[in-house]
Amino acid sequence: MEYGFTTAAYVVAAVLFILSLGGLSGQESAKRAVWYGIVGMALAVFATLVGPGSGLWLLSILLIAGGGVIGTYVAQRVQMTEMPQLVAAMHSLVGLAAVFVGFNADFTIGAVEAAHAAGEDVVGTFANLVAHKTPVEINILRVELFLGVFIGAVTFTGSVIAYGKLAGKVTSKAEKLPGGHMLNASAAVISVLCLIWYFNTGGLLPLIIMTAMALFIGYHLIMGIGGADMPVVVSMLNSYSGWAAAAIGFSLGNDLLIVVGALVGSSGAILSYIMCKAMNRSFISVILGGFGNTTGPAMEVEGEQVAIDAEGVASALNEADSVIIIPGYGMAVAQAQNAVSELTRKLRSNGKEVRFAIHPVAGRLPGHMNVLLAEAKVPYDIVMEMDEINEDFPDTDVAIVIGSNDIVNPAAQEDPNSPIAGMPVLECWKAKQVFVSKRGQGTGYSGIENPLFYKENTRMFFGDARESIDKLLGLID
Amino acid sequence: MIIGTPKEIFEGEARVAMTPESALQLQKLGYDCMIETGAGEAAGFSDAAYKEVGVTVKKTANALWKDADIIAKVRPPSDEELKRLTKGKTLISFFNPGGNEAGLDAAKAKGANVIAMEMVPRISRAQKMDALSSMANIAGYRAVIEAGNNFGRFFTGQITAAGKVPPAKVLVVGAGVAGLAAIGAATSLGAITYAFDVRPEVAEQVESMGAEFVYLDFEEEQQDGASSGGYASVSSPEFREAQLAKFRELAPDMDIVITTALIPNREAPKLWLEDMVKSMKRGSVIIDLAAEKGGNVEGTVMDEKVVTDNGVTIIGYTDFPSRMAAQSSSLYATNIRHMMTDLTPEKDGQINHNMEDDVIRGATVTFEGEITFPPPPPKVQAIATRPKTEVKELTPEERKAQELAAFKAQTRSQVTLLGVGGLLMLLVGLYAPASFMQHFIVFVLAVFVGFQVIWNVSHSLHTPLMAVTNAISSIIILGALMQIGSGSFLVILLAAVSVFMAGINIFGGFLVTRRMLAMFQKS
Repeated sequence: MEYGFTTAAYVVAAVLFILSLGGLSGQESAKRAVWYGIVGMALAVFATLVGPGSGLWLLSILLIAGGGVIGTYVAQRVQMTEMPQLVAAMHSLVGLAAVFVGFNADFTIGAVEAAHAAGEDVVGTFANLVAHKTPVEINILRVELFLGVFIGAVTFTGSVIAYGKLAGKVTSKAEKLPGGHMLNASAAVISVLCLIWYFNTGGLLPLIIMTAMALFIGYHLIMGIGGADMPVVVSMLNSYSGWAAAAIGFSLGNDLLIVVGALVGSSGAILSYIMCKAMNRSFISVILGGFGNTTGPAMEVEGEQVAIDAEGVASALNEADSVIIIPGYGMAVAQAQNAVSELTRKLRSNGKEVRFAIHPVAGRLPGHMNVLLAEAKVPYDIVMEMDEINEDFPDTDVAIVIGSNDIVNPAAQEDPNSPIAGMPVLECWKAKQVFVSKRGQGTGYSGIENPLFYKENTRMFFGDARESIDKLLGLID
Repeated sequence: MIIGTPKEIFEGEARVAMTPESALQLQKLGYDCMIETGAGEAAGFSDAAYKEVGVTVKKTANALWKDADIIAKVRPPSDEELKRLTKGKTLISFFNPGGNEAGLDAAKAKGANVIAMEMVPRISRAQKMDALSSMANIAGYRAVIEAGNNFGRFFTGQITAAGKVPPAKVLVVGAGVAGLAAIGAATSLGAITYAFDVRPEVAEQVESMGAEFVYLDFEEEQQDGASSGGYASVSSPEFREAQLAKFRELAPDMDIVITTALIPNREAPKLWLEDMVKSMKRGSVIIDLAAEKGGNVEGTVMDEKVVTDNGVTIIGYTDFPSRMAAQSSSLYATNIRHMMTDLTPEKDGQINHNMEDDVIRGATVTFEGEITFPPPPPKVQAIATRPKTEVKELTPEERKAQELAAFKAQTRSQVTLLGVGGLLMLLVGLYAPASFMQHFIVFVLAVFVGFQVIWNVSHSLHTPLMAVTNAISSIIILGALMQIGSGSFLVILLAAVSVFMAGINIFGGFLVTRRMLAMFQKS
């Protein structure tokens, strides 16, 4: 059975999806690009419903509508600071769907074989497709769906744990079961054995064992990764959900699934790469969790942290001509973005140059800070990337660090023994004055002392970020 | 204590060391102020103006010298004035201690403390009392005005109904304070300004004032001005030759040349030789600000204006600051006032001559019957010495070789990658059935497109990117839709759940992306 119309629709949908991703190169074109994605998706679903998926179409539409209602509700209610959790949760849905579809494919193979044996006809589009396959193709099909289920299962539990960590429901510390990576490795080995077993017998049992193993790997792998590495984890899971879709696409012989899966997979992979590069760490070391061992004792930090009150910060801001604000995860936690935006507006209306410096791994999601600031109506043309703004610090009067730590740690450049040595950081200490808004005298995620806090031109502005900024607002004229 | 300022007795000197304004400030420090009648007349400050702010006006210099504990003046004291010093009196003025041994001895014999304003060290903290700089600033400005006065043309280029006027070309030699002031004045009058200095590190300052820095093609390690306290020092003969050759090349084009090259405690170097003067156009003007130290120009006569045979005017005046007496008096008086502030930490009208203080120690040339000149080097360095960078300039050949090597390495790695990838592909193709390969091509191409497209996504849109990829990865719904029509109940159930979850994802993903993107706004 051929569906010429469906294939044509898939081609159009694939082009639309590519355009939709390509459009994200700029803020304005992105707004148009989303519509490409939406139209592409609608087209793909419609073409499938009238074509190969026409059985039980009413039920399908009802289910999509039901899911749509929930999706819409969630999308409208979610806080921008909760975006990382939302993204992680959605990944888990894709992962689970991939597992189910994979299992279904297995059942169908079984059903088709049984039907063959009994000499009966098979029901359903997919079953028909399977029925026309040669034994070699069936074997390939098994490998494909096996892979799809494996990746899907890892994505599912991994995303659930990532969601838990980001939402604060699971501890954000890196925790491992005794045995550590050996457990992961043995689970992976068992999965490979299951593949061989399944390949030869086609039984359901190896598939189930493998699924269990994959679920465990997803859980344990992500449990062992700490909070600040979440940007990498989330983009990695994003990538996995794409590969899972691609693998399922192979097993279903659906080119659109393959194309979209590959697009999403490579997108996630690139994001992970960018995040890792921004932390100067290899992908492997992030996945294996924790920071590597250092070669020597870390540099002693001398001096003391000098605290300052809101009046002091306000008078410095009133005198400054140029200000750079460096937000971090702490700003998101304290929900201070609106106060920061108000501060920015006030300073800008006084004719001061205010800009934001965003480190690629600030926050818990790639681009997290940009979204938060955008929500608070900070114009995006004053929000700069690290490479764009790092050279401007020496000419800046005041740098304000709000809830970030490791990304402004000078030890990365000054101390070759530091665990984060070589990581690109925002050189805010080169500004004439630095204010650090921070809850207390703790270290950052990496547990490393930050010499920035002890520098002569640094003043610590202790307290909750939002309350601190609100206090400042009243004092700026 | 009483601060007194006598009338300058040097002929033609119009400046005065105290203005009504500075007197007010001095009184705030607890001092009483006193001035000789008519001292400020030449600079435009009448006795009445002084009286108005509570300054005592003395009829004679004698009376003033007798009553005042501190004497502030401009020019180095004459022999007669030195005789009027007594033990415990403090004199603040220019003193030229390097070439005024008789003066030093006389002051020592009298037991007076002398602070020489030209000896104020060049450190940031002392800038407010650096009278040399404030006077040089005026000299530089006035030099341009004086040049304009003697130059029969416009500075700025104009195209008028009566014809085209080319802009004047000005060369400033020596980019110290005077040089920079001259550059500023010349460029703001509209001239095309060039500047030269032996210290290459001032090129940036020169360019910031709007002039073009004249670079020499010279290989030798150039001197670092930071090592000599911010002043120029003597250059090597080879360097001098290269410099003169450059000037020779520039001379015929220049309309106005202002030379300000001075080396501390030395004769001024001769930089503009006779042949250069000869090669200049008729009507050109040379201002030699170094005339007092012998001049940078061959043919300069101190304090005079000379016109050469080929019609070039050489001006060797040394009294440029005095020619702008009102301005220079107020600046100099402010310098003195700042010096007094440092000498009076308690603001109680009593001098505290603290010889531990770098600035005061440096400027004091006689103290309590001792000659304290020359001072020890200041503890604070004038300008931080720039650490020498290790990075070697690559020659063009080396750079080319490096680029070539990098290109080769890149080609190698790309070819290897393509080779290995292609081989793997072939291997897969050997065993896999054709239907798989068809899908595989699609897959590989899609990955390729994905990589190309995603690299262009801007950093700030990474979160929307994730949300959108999330939404479109729910394309897995297609698989579920195809299976939902199957006969088995279990399959239908699982497929139905998948469709439902994918539905959540599609709507949630796209809507949240739209919400985020709508928030990105331009200012």
